[in-house]
Parts: sequence; structure tokens; C-alpha cells
Amino acid sequence: MEISPFLIFFASIFTSNILLTNFLGMCSYLSISKDLKSALGLGEAVIFVMSVTSVLNYLVYKYILIPFDLDYLRFIIFIIVIAAFVQLVEMILERFMPRLYYTLGIFLPLITVNCAILGVALFLVIREYNLLQSLAYGAGGGIGWTLAILALAGIRQKVDESKVPKGLQGPGFAMIVTGIMALAFIGFSGIISIQ
Amino acid sequence: MLSEVLRTVSIVSGISVFLAGLLTLAEKFLLNYGTCRININNARQIEVKGGNSLLRSLMQSDIFIPSACGGRGSCGLCKVKVLEGGGMVLPTEIPYLTEEELKGNIRLSCQVKVREDIAIEIPEELFNIREYTATVEKIIDLTHDIKTLYLKFNDGDELSFKAGQYVQIKVPRYGKVRDEVYRAYSIASSPRNRKEIQLIIRRVPQGICTTYIFDYLKEGDKIVLNGAYGEFYLRDTDREIVCIAGGSGLAPIKSILHQMHEEGINRKATFFFGCVSKRDLYYVDEMKVFESLIPNFRFIPALSGPKEEDNWTGETGLITEVVDRYITDGSNMEAYLCGSPGMIDACIRVLRSKGMPEDRIYYDKF
Repeated sequence: MEISPFLIFFASIFTSNILLTNFLGMCSYLSISKDLKSALGLGEAVIFVMSVTSVLNYLVYKYILIPFDLDYLRFIIFIIVIAAFVQLVEMILERFMPRLYYTLGIFLPLITVNCAILGVALFLVIREYNLLQSLAYGAGGGIGWTLAILALAGIRQKVDESKVPKGLQGPGFAMIVTGIMALAFIGFSGIISIQ
Repeated sequence: MLSEVLRTVSIVSGISVFLAGLLTLAEKFLLNYGTCRININNARQIEVKGGNSLLRSLMQSDIFIPSACGGRGSCGLCKVKVLEGGGMVLPTEIPYLTEEELKGNIRLSCQVKVREDIAIEIPEELFNIREYTATVEKIIDLTHDIKTLYLKFNDGDELSFKAGQYVQIKVPRYGKVRDEVYRAYSIASSPRNRKEIQLIIRRVPQGICTTYIFDYLKEGDKIVLNGAYGEFYLRDTDREIVCIAGGSGLAPIKSILHQMHEEGINRKATFFFGCVSKRDLYYVDEMKVFESLIPNFRFIPALSGPKEEDNWTGETGLITEVVDRYITDGSNMEAYLCGSPGMIDACIRVLRSKGMPEDRIYYDKF
């Protein structure tokens, strides 16, 4: 049965959140979640890059890799496409949108190696999505990732003012919070299922 | 089989070539800022190719802003007032700028990219800083890891500097080092002699510049440098002088001593020089000569870890302990410190505890 793109969009935000159910993109999630402002900046960049690269990678996969029987090369090709795209975006921002470049620009190099973005590209191949579904999955995945990092940043900002036992400060605490958030998100998983 | 391999390789290369081409074109058109004008102090205009850092653009036009790290954004010396253009303050600059400087449009010129016409303000004396070519006359070993470099400027060129100031040596590409770098060294010789200078250089393990000087540079070689920079020079007062140096930090102090002798400055002065053991000590005889030439000057070398065979009878202990023993009231003295950041910070604490106001402690950290 064909899953509707809308369903995929909402599912990838809530029930199949790429960060909280697949645990992808953890490194920048843990390191840039100290305050809401930079978490939002990084999140916006992820949403944009994920939406566009999921479509780009879908096109590359469907029209280049499949016809030539090269789908086993998808890992390397997807990474190259993502890296080149991020680089291009960085140049365009630097030239035409300096204000955005100063706020998002520092995060762009981080995104090249964000595994959630590669993960989205690989999942859409495994799940055999079409173009619209890929776009919905990319955009939803990005929004879901942003939601998760914003939630963690919000909690961490609050927790900064409370007493955390010494052994749990920093990453230890973030991991526990992430685990509890993941439990909550998995609670949704009975509502819609796309995996 | 072969055709499959060829096809795979050509498709993967094709995709890479396409993307690389796209990026190269994008760089050429998107990051091409054409010619930009830099207006300096409303007095001079220079035209540079856009896209480089302000520091480098100015350097290409022979205006040298002091910078010890060579544009990596780690020394915070290359501050310039940017009046127009230059974009927003970057996160990389903020740690080096005080709140007042942020308000006064002070920026780190190595981080500001010239993407548009830009107006800046720099101290007038920076116009006098330029590039010099010199020939290495002699290289002399002072200790196992310190050398003196004797440089003579080519074509009778002269460098005018204040005793205590430093120059930057340009290290060319050599061995595995792919980029030119600049490193700062204090001048150790007399400011009266403008045709030749001496630099005292201590080997830094794996250091780009010191490895070049110790392993590659030979007598007769040419070397490019620019200068002179620095706010570390003898202030014109009547106060008693305290000089403290460690390792190659003796260089600017030696230059200041030359100046005191030549100008007949007879202020009371004490020079504390800290080393580990006797093999690190150098220029002791020269300092003895200064003691006889400058009436109120005393040289006090101190070893922090003299070896048994050194038969050391002079002062021992960390330089801060020695200074602590000698100075009782520092309230009417001024101090000139040159050495590692750790040594300088420790000395500043000792001097302040002796009643010396912080604004009379001048230092050169390296």
C-alpha cells in the first residue's frame, strides 16, 4: 500500500523521529544543545539541507544509480552530493545573505557530517519512496530533528539553574534526558507507523 | 568485467567531476568580489582584490598591522578600527575584544574579510612599518637551544626602531611547510645601529619558524622581515627600573640596556634573568660589561634548578622568588617583563603585592 506523503511527513516528525527513534545525528545534537538560540539555528539549517538533499539524492539514485546498476555505490555518492550541496549553500549564503551566513554559516560545516542527513537518504531508498514521499520524509525528518534538539536545549537551559549530581553533569545528563524523551516519542508509535 | 569496472569508475568520476566543476564555477562567480577600496584614516586609498582578510590585503599593499600569530585569530594583536564595511563581528573575534572595543568598532583585521569598500583607522606610525630584506651575517650558538641571528639589511637599508620593539620574520615554504608564515622576534641590538640587527631565537620543538632558522637557514641567506612593532619600550620617567626575563626574553631587555648606555640614562635599574641551569645561561659577560657602563645597573641571574656540576653560587629559585627577596617597596618603580605568559602572570602578581601599580608594569608575552 502506498503511504500518503502527509502521513510520512507527520510520522517522521513525531512517531518515527529520526533522532529519538533511530538515534541518528547525535553528535551535533549533544554538542549544540546548550542554548535555544544556537539549537534553533542549527535546526533550521538541518531542515533546509535535509529537505533539499533528500530530493537530490532521490533523483541521483533513481536516474543515475539504478539505470546503471550502481546502487551499491549509494553510500559514497550520497555523501558526495550532500557535501557538495552544503558547500554550495555556504557560498550562496556568504554572498547574498550575510546576516543568515553569520548565524547559520558556522553550522553548515557541521551538517556535512550529520549522519541523520545521510540516514534520511538511505532510508528513503530502503523504503522505496517516490519523489513526493522523499520530500515529505526529508522535510519531516528535519523538523523532527529540530524539535528534538529544541526540546533538549530547553531542558538543559532549565537544568543549568538546578543542582545536578556531579557525576551526571554534561553529556551524562543529556543522554538520560534523551532516553526519557525517546520513550515519550515512542509512545506515539502506535498511532501511525511507517517503518 | 572490464567494461563494468570502467563504467562504474566513469560514472562515479563523472558525478564527482560535475559537482567539483559546479563548486569551482560557484567559487569563481559567487566569491568574486572584484576590486575593493580600502580607505585608511581618510588619507590614503588602496585598491585590493576582494575576498581576502583585511590583514592580508593590507600586507599586500605594504601596510603591516602587528600580528604575532600570522592571521590565525589566536593572538588578538591585529586590532583595527573599522568605520565602514566589514560586516558583523564574528564569533571568532569576540573572545579578544572588550566591551568598549566592541562599541568602538574595533575588529580583528585577520578575521574581517574584504568583500566591499571599507574604511579603517590605524595609528599613523604603522605607515612606517614596511618590509625589509636582510642577509644573515652570522648565526651564533648561545646555549644548546638558543641562537643569535645577526642580520644586515640589504642595499644600505635602515630600520628605525625603539629599543624593546620586535620584527616579524617571514618564513618561506620549506620542507613539508606549504604556507608562508610570520613569526615575531624582539630585536636584541642597539637602536642606534639601524643597518644591522640581532635576534635571539630559542628553539621550539616542531616550531615552523624555529625549525627553519635552526635547520635550514645558513649564513649568507636572505631573509624577509617587517617591523618594527610593539608598545614594549623604555618609558621616559625617573623611576627605578625592574627588568625581568626568562629564556630568549633577554633580547628586548638587552636592547633597552644599549639604549640606556648610549643615551646616558642613569636611573637605578635591576635585571633579573631566570634560567633552569647553567647550560641555559648566556650573555653573562655582556651583562657584566653593562654593569660597568651603566652606573646604577645590576644584573642578577637566577637558576631554578642548578645541577651539581654547575657549582652555582648565585641566586637560586624561581625568578618570582628571587624578585620577592630583592624588592621590598615597588610603589615607585616601573617594570619591564619579557617571557612566557606563565612567568609574566606570576611576576605581575609578585610586583603588585610589592605595591607596584599595574599600569607601570610593561610586558611582552610570547
